[in-house]
Amino acid sequence: MWVYEKKLQIPVRVSAPNPKLAKYIITQYGGPEGELSASLRYLNMRYTMPTAMAKGVLTDIGTEELAHMEIVATLVYKLIEGAPIEAIKAADLGSHYADHGRALYWENAAGVPWVAAYVSATGDPVADLHENLAAEQKARAVYENLLHLTDDPQVKDVLRFLREREVVHFQRFGETLMYVEDYMNKKKVF
Amino acid sequence: MDHRNQVQMLLQIQQLSIVATELNLFLDTHPNDQQALNMFNQVHNDLLKAVRNYEKIYGPMLNYGYSPAVQNRWKWIDSPWPWEIKY
Repeated sequence: MWVYEKKLQIPVRVSAPNPKLAKYIITQYGGPEGELSASLRYLNMRYTMPTAMAKGVLTDIGTEELAHMEIVATLVYKLIEGAPIEAIKAADLGSHYADHGRALYWENAAGVPWVAAYVSATGDPVADLHENLAAEQKARAVYENLLHLTDDPQVKDVLRFLREREVVHFQRFGETLMYVEDYMNKKKVF
Repeated sequence: MDHRNQVQMLLQIQQLSIVATELNLFLDTHPNDQQALNMFNQVHNDLLKAVRNYEKIYGPMLNYGYSPAVQNRWKWIDSPWPWEIKY
């Protein structure tokens, strides 16, 4: 069960419409290291985790990633909102517009739609937590790439916040992995 | 309705909420940290107060029964949606 809070996790501002930037940032909506992948990856892994701590961390971080998906969606929405069609075509978003108009869609920066193959689940808790550590680092790297592609200071503020959250999540997943490895080792010795 | 005031009240809630989220994640892996527990309870109280104050002016923040409704009108759908607010 989830409850909706009628607020964003942080305020999201853009200086001006910028469809070119929207085309880059949409990858954190529906690309391989994006927030849809992240939230679904974690929430889906909860069921086969051996410890209450791991189930809790996956639930809480998976939920925060849903809030991040909403932040990225808002960025893309605001960057496209009010942009004239000529600007959308010039930003190479004409093919997005043909299928989706100004609606959002889960796709990477090249327009390739989201696929479940972006997400892994082996059922092995140690392997799955390593997957999450890698996912957090890859998401951090993509936010850094996006920061290089942006000179809008208000967009940068949002991207920096999201990048920092990946670092915190990496830390928590690392601690979780340590406890899960201890738990698995104890089971084997017994 | 005073737009700046709404953004300001939202900002206070967002600040308290991120502190609560951060402490929540920290406590997941440090469940016996007394200082973090105390801070979490403090921020929980401040957050609830801030949300209830906001709701008195701008309507429910949470759906499904976690925020009260007023007598004469269902206000959940009245206030702007998060992606529409000009922060």
